[in-house]
Amino acid sequence: MTTVQTIPLWEVFIRSRNGLAHKHVGSLHAADATMALQAARDVYTRRGEGLSVWVVPSNAITASDPADKDVLFEPTASKIYRHPTFYEVPDEVGHM
Amino acid sequence: MTTTSITLAETPLLALVLRRADDALILGHRLSEWCGHGPMLEEDIALANIALDCVGQARSLYDYAATLDGRGLTEDDLAYRRDVGQYRNCLLVEQPNGDFAATIVRQVLASAFLDPYWRAMTASADPTLAAIAAKAEKETAYHLRHSAEWLIRLGDGTPESHERTQAALDDLWPYSGELMESDDAEAELVRAGIAVDPAAIRPAFDATVAMVLREATLTAPAAPWRQGGGRVGRHSEHLGFILADLQYLQRAHPGATW
Amino acid sequence: MYTQALNAQEVHGRPVVDPAEEARGARFQARIDAEDRIEPNDWMPEGYRRTLTRQISQHAHSEIVGMLPEGNWITRAPSLKRKAALLAKVQDEAGHGLYLYSAAETLGTSREEMFEQLLSGRAKYSSIFNYPTLTWADIGAIGWLVDGAAIMNQIPLCRCSYGPYARAMIRVCKEESFHQRQGYEIMLTLCRGTPEQKAMAQDALNRWWWPCLMMFGPPDSESQHSDQSAKWKIKRFTNDELRQKFVDATVPQGRYLGLTFPDPELAFDEASGHWRFGTIDWEEFKQVLAGNGPCNRQRMKQRRDAHAAGAWVREAAMAHAQKRARRAAEAAALPEAA
Repeated sequence: MTTVQTIPLWEVFIRSRNGLAHKHVGSLHAADATMALQAARDVYTRRGEGLSVWVVPSNAITASDPADKDVLFEPTASKIYRHPTFYEVPDEVGHM
Repeated sequence: MTTTSITLAETPLLALVLRRADDALILGHRLSEWCGHGPMLEEDIALANIALDCVGQARSLYDYAATLDGRGLTEDDLAYRRDVGQYRNCLLVEQPNGDFAATIVRQVLASAFLDPYWRAMTASADPTLAAIAAKAEKETAYHLRHSAEWLIRLGDGTPESHERTQAALDDLWPYSGELMESDDAEAELVRAGIAVDPAAIRPAFDATVAMVLREATLTAPAAPWRQGGGRVGRHSEHLGFILADLQYLQRAHPGATW
Repeated sequence: MYTQALNAQEVHGRPVVDPAEEARGARFQARIDAEDRIEPNDWMPEGYRRTLTRQISQHAHSEIVGMLPEGNWITRAPSLKRKAALLAKVQDEAGHGLYLYSAAETLGTSREEMFEQLLSGRAKYSSIFNYPTLTWADIGAIGWLVDGAAIMNQIPLCRCSYGPYARAMIRVCKEESFHQRQGYEIMLTLCRGTPEQKAMAQDALNRWWWPCLMMFGPPDSESQHSDQSAKWKIKRFTNDELRQKFVDATVPQGRYLGLTFPDPELAFDEASGHWRFGTIDWEEFKQVLAGNGPCNRQRMKQRRDAHAAGAWVREAAMAHAQKRARRAAEAAALPEAA
């Protein structure tokens, strides 16, 4: 009996009909990229969810550290001038 | 209405539609037997997708066959009320699932024929068949791709997988020829531009199979021995068991609605 | 789609003494209270991780084992339409199992390990799947009742505090919407059919009703777990609350079918607006959970056989992938060597 190897895990991203970017939908196991792509099609597009599929080996993803959340994402909270509602436009000017 | 067996007056066109419909139903039935028993969860889902495509094709074809028959029968009458001798599928599709290798070999052989066949049938002079072909062609292209990828992995995987797959190929190879057989009635439809001559698909079938087997490091058996008879209702022993399962409720409760 | 509260015997994590640990625990609970979602890389108490891993994997196992009783009837479905719908439904269960195993894997246990726990008999799965499907009406009853009970359980799980589980459940619930309807439609067709068909439907209700009520798990008075799970927002309703919701929703549906529930005590209570039902046989429930239901051994054997029969396929896929990677590496190395 050969050593049992774990079949690698892949993350699946699908671009739906509505023209949005590829979105993470879940994961699956497959031995290689070709089979992962086919499995992604079979598992995650059974109801016509997608027009394009990406698969990425799960271990190829580098994620931000949750401990860094404050450092990375807090500072943007004070930059309200990036949002359109920060600016006043008189009603008479209409929609802008 | 009762659920006694029915026999159809098979015009050449009706016979053709039944052949294609029965191939699709019986193959779909076999594949559906895998549901819950696949080698991995992902493949359980993949095989069910192929099975669902097959059952869908069968339904469209039976529906058309019922129209051609013209006696007000339904798709279910055709599937559930014909006996073994009335079924027109080739012997390949009724062969048991065996191990996963046998299922994959059966699928590659069937798809290597059905994919180019349906593509050619999109040009049929019969608009219903052309429409069914246009849908089926996309499905069979995926069936071929999926099963061929597996065949390559099984053939060129471990010594055990190679051995199992070569054995399955040796067992099933004699059934592949029947896919490309036809008869005088079918020839008539070919002349009318309604049907594609199955024999004309042979070069595409041979090329696909040769390419996949080469990559899978498998050897096509040289055996001239060939099995057939399904198109005229002479089946292997397996079909009787399939129909016993498939038709049991309809036969036990004549005329009931489900 | 069949989660079940099976956790009555589980002992909670050891008491926390380390003050730093305690502070982290408090921050964690504050996030939960604020309806923040916990994500895989976030710190979490061991008990939270363990409880979730157990619950999600049990849920996944239930999906996979649940394929078997319904799968029985795929080849015998009485019409092509029913055959396609049933096959699609059972296939969905495989998909749901897959989503759930994936969610559980984010907590650090591999699918292979979870399979091992199931196949060795250490992990539990929903008791309901240890009952046999004897007639076609059982397929209707499972869709109507078992999926109906499952939906009661699953909708609140879409808001579970653990992000991957909640997201998996959203997907599951979306896909599940047709399952209960196809079951009810089967029952309706049978009830409008021949006397034999109607009797078949009644017989199925008689056999499935009580086991379905057991699906919600032991009564609140005996469930030690609900408190902690509720605090962690893993479970938002108690077993008894969900069971009552299910009974209230289902009884009118059954009456519409013209079927009789196998419970002489079943009666509508005007004051509370709820259907009151008789006493559940918890001894039967315990026996089924302990492995002594009508089909426990058969189900496990089928799962073990499938897994064992697939081993050479999985090995072949891995061996081929490695060959391919090696060939690619060799091909890439060639020009430099030359």
